[in-house]
Amino acid sequence: MTVTLTTSGPLPPEKGAEHTYDVTVIGAGVVGAAIARELSRYQLRTALIDAADDIGNGTSKANTAILHTGFDAVPGSLEARLVREGRDLLADYAADTGIPVERVGALLVAWDEDQLAALPLLRDKAVRNGYHASRIIDADELRAREPHLGPGALGALDVPDESIICPWTTPLAFATQAVRAGVHLHLNCRLRDVRSDAGGHTLTTSRGPLRTRYLVNAAGLYADEIDRLLGHDVFTVTPRRGQLIVFDKLARDLVGHILLPVPGPAGKGVLIAPTVFGNVLLGPTAEELDDKTATGSTAEGLHLLREKGRRIVPGLLDEEVTAVYAGLRAATGQEDYRIQEYPALRYVAVGGIRSTGLTASMAIGRHVMELLAATGLDHGEPHPLPPLTMPGLGDASPRPYLSARLIAGDPAYGTLVCHCEQVTLGEIRDALASTIPPNSLDGLRRRTRARGGRCQGFYCGAAVRALFEEARP
Amino acid sequence: MTRNAREVDVLIVGGGPAGLAAGAELAAARAGRVEILEREREAGGIPRHCHHGGFGGRLDRSAYAWASAAGSAYARKGTSGPVYARRSVAAALDAGAALRTGVTVTGWAGPRTVETSGPAGLERITARAVVLATGARERPRSARLIPGTRPPGVYTTGELQQAVHLYGQRIGTRAVVVGDEPVGHAAAATLRAAGVEIVAMVTGRPSPPFRLRSPRTPLLTGATVTGLTGRTRLSGVELRHDDGRATTLRCDTVVLTGDFVPDHELARRGGLVLDPGTRGPAYDAAYRTSRPGVFAAGNLLHAVERAGFAAGEGRAVAVPVLHRLAGTDHPAGGGRPLVVDAPLRWIAPNMTGPDGERPHGGRFVLCTAWRLPRPLLLVSQDGRELHRERQLLTAGPGRPLTLGADWVDRVDPDGAAVRITVL
Ligand SMILES: Cc1cc2nc3c(=O)[nH]c(=O)nc-3n(C[C@H](O)[C@H](O)[C@H](O)COP(=O)(O)OP(=O)(O)OC[C@H]3O[C@@H](n4cnc5c(N)ncnc54)[C@H](O)[C@@H]3O)c2cc1C
Ligand SMILES: Cc1cc2nc3c(=O)[nH]c(=O)nc-3n(C[C@H](O)[C@H](O)[C@H](O)COP(=O)(O)OP(=O)(O)OC[C@H]3O[C@@H](n4cnc5c(N)ncnc54)[C@H](O)[C@@H]3O)c2cc1C
Repeated sequence: MTVTLTTSGPLPPEKGAEHTYDVTVIGAGVVGAAIARELSRYQLRTALIDAADDIGNGTSKANTAILHTGFDAVPGSLEARLVREGRDLLADYAADTGIPVERVGALLVAWDEDQLAALPLLRDKAVRNGYHASRIIDADELRAREPHLGPGALGALDVPDESIICPWTTPLAFATQAVRAGVHLHLNCRLRDVRSDAGGHTLTTSRGPLRTRYLVNAAGLYADEIDRLLGHDVFTVTPRRGQLIVFDKLARDLVGHILLPVPGPAGKGVLIAPTVFGNVLLGPTAEELDDKTATGSTAEGLHLLREKGRRIVPGLLDEEVTAVYAGLRAATGQEDYRIQEYPALRYVAVGGIRSTGLTASMAIGRHVMELLAATGLDHGEPHPLPPLTMPGLGDASPRPYLSARLIAGDPAYGTLVCHCEQVTLGEIRDALASTIPPNSLDGLRRRTRARGGRCQGFYCGAAVRALFEEARP
Repeated sequence: MTRNAREVDVLIVGGGPAGLAAGAELAAARAGRVEILEREREAGGIPRHCHHGGFGGRLDRSAYAWASAAGSAYARKGTSGPVYARRSVAAALDAGAALRTGVTVTGWAGPRTVETSGPAGLERITARAVVLATGARERPRSARLIPGTRPPGVYTTGELQQAVHLYGQRIGTRAVVVGDEPVGHAAAATLRAAGVEIVAMVTGRPSPPFRLRSPRTPLLTGATVTGLTGRTRLSGVELRHDDGRATTLRCDTVVLTGDFVPDHELARRGGLVLDPGTRGPAYDAAYRTSRPGVFAAGNLLHAVERAGFAAGEGRAVAVPVLHRLAGTDHPAGGGRPLVVDAPLRWIAPNMTGPDGERPHGGRFVLCTAWRLPRPLLLVSQDGRELHRERQLLTAGPGRPLTLGADWVDRVDPDGAAVRITVL
């Protein structure tokens, strides 16, 4: 296994046909990484490039981390199909690779008569989306199952298969498997321009030129701009910001399920959900912006979330806040994905992967593979990928600090460094030496949770930084 | 069997000033096997990384001994934090306490049984008495709900001090310190030691609560932090001033100081009753929590007091623990909760004991949300006045007030909660 992962300097394949990539994927978010993983199953020279210093550093790192069933998708849409298929693919993949997933189920809570009246319609819609397990429960059952809910809840739609998943391990698993199977990963590599000719594309990147026969645009918020570089003008991405508040793990007992609002004219609304790490999320907001870098939080946004959260689970507001973050959905004004193949151009655009891309990622990967084939890519037979086991960051399975066996084999797994999240020296060391190591403390946090807990570094920040700097002089 | 099960007489969780003092006192009193568990590689707690002076010594008894960090006369009295930490460790060891570092208490397996993780493996330790002394931390940026971007360059004092004094890490060039309590001045001293220019110290308060001789730190009063800017590195701190103006201070580092919260995870996971004001375990004057045989001491109980006070509590907790071991303690129950009205935030201890004990030093400690010049305090139960007391000094945030305790004998053990109000 030779791994090609570069973060600086000119890109490796220089001149000559043998140095041309067969396929280049722009964007190593969860979608681009899933596409690259799919490509890695074939005898192809594939490159995955990203402008950031890490995979999954765009919208994919800042979402609500729900593995959707697709019960509320627009029936008949491409998104509905890919979410449904993607959910099953990812649930299986997660079980195989150790990506933390918990099937906690969702309750769509009705707070007034109108919302109560909407529940049967939502159940019918779920059926049209091929999801048959949802059912309506009354106020008493709801209260019994969610005793900390605020007063006034009238009933709920129970969607038992909605799950929560680790948003960081997922793209990392895809990219790790792809890179181990021979995909070249180039980070800090921003696509600036594309010149297309009969043989393919010459990409101008911040790290020099790159030649590829086929091109996949999975650039998330910037997919429209790259699409324009290829001469199209079919969609415009308008970032829709979602701010979220992460509450302390001690709040976990307040919520059993993903508590969804009944969608109204103003969108999907604010939810409360457990995370696989044992925290509780409150959010997201939905703010139309025009700045694709506006991933900051605002006083108004946080105020609104707290007001909404107080109504849903009043006790939540008494708990400490562990983190605040915001992500940008790639909205395009169309209630569906915008995935389009251009055979003459040997190009596939993967745009508008709005608020379900984590769930649908593997199905999008498959779909794009089919489109590439339809575009003329001769990919040959797939080969199986070697199995992969990701570090277990979730709360549901035992972590290294609780494993007598691991500690006996290597005391580093009993040496706690980050106390709030119980991250051991062994786990940090492993992440720093992994196939795709972190290039920042935030990247290390996404791989291990170190510094991601309630103290945010008061106790361990300097120690974690020292380990990081030691490994990366 | 994956967990090694053991028994000890007294188990102390946390090897900071409170836990070490408790261990020293109990070991000296021949309390049997007295074991202190500390999760860091070195015991000593917060003072390990407080390189300024002002620890221990006579001045330690004044609430503001560590205001001194700014370089006033106080700082030259008492010892530095690391020296204090080493002495505390030595005292515990000399007295015969067992001190195990790098061992974390991760949870409970019974009323007085804890589970631990460490490089040597997993244990389950049952004690006849448990003392929780897990300390307090500063709230980080997220918990303060400071909006904006999330760039590097944002610290709490705890992280800053460790970065500078324990690891010699590079900090930045221009820093803003948020908070003007003593700990803010400690942060400023650390920044200066690291060669960082201090742009300003920012506080929401109208004027400093006391005069500090620290001309090197420009103090911006009446200003609230409304946001952070910067992407790959912090670029500024946005402020709103009391007069409505909005400004941005350009800087690459910000230190968020104070705003302490007890590290109460273990207490909560163990199902101990918490005091809503302190957010630490509810406790009485004998350091008894709601769980028989589980005691608490130090900043876990009241965030935050100075090290000498925490150590004093550690010594004081020994007496009730010894009673417990000897079976001469009072049966539990009978204690009434003490509750406070705004602007008071909390009182410690916050339960009366079954046997009318007076708190450590004979006085209760109270914390107020805003400045109170010479306040008059009223203690009442079921509408019945138990006591009133005029304070001689001005109290304020970070400047606790104290209340005499003789009224505890007048508390009706069957009555409602006792209420403390500012008149
Ligand atoms: C608030 C919020 C909540 C959400 N909740 C959920 C949820 O619960 N469940 C779910 O399934 N989905 C959810 N989503 C949606 C999901 O997060 C996205 O659909 C998914 O992350 C999109 O992945 P992506 O790879 O398309 O985009 P991104 O993650 O944004 O990746 C695009 C990548 O392209 C790179 N790039 C851009 N331009 C260039 C260039 N010129 N050159 C090189 N690289 C470039 C970027 O650096 C980036 O890494 C949510 C989204 C938000 C915002
Ligand atoms: C920045 C700063 C500056 C200060 N400056 C001064 C000063 O100049 N003078 C002064 O008198 N006071 C000062 N103080 C206050 C003083 O440090 C505290 O009052 C004192 O440390 C409190 O002691 P403690 O034992 O209660 O808690 P801590 O010192 O916080 O000790 C708690 C210990 O418990 C350990 N622990 C926690 N949980 C577990 C677990 N589950 N398992 C095992 N171990 C655990 C921790 O690692 C820690 O070592 C300062 C405080 C700060 C934050």
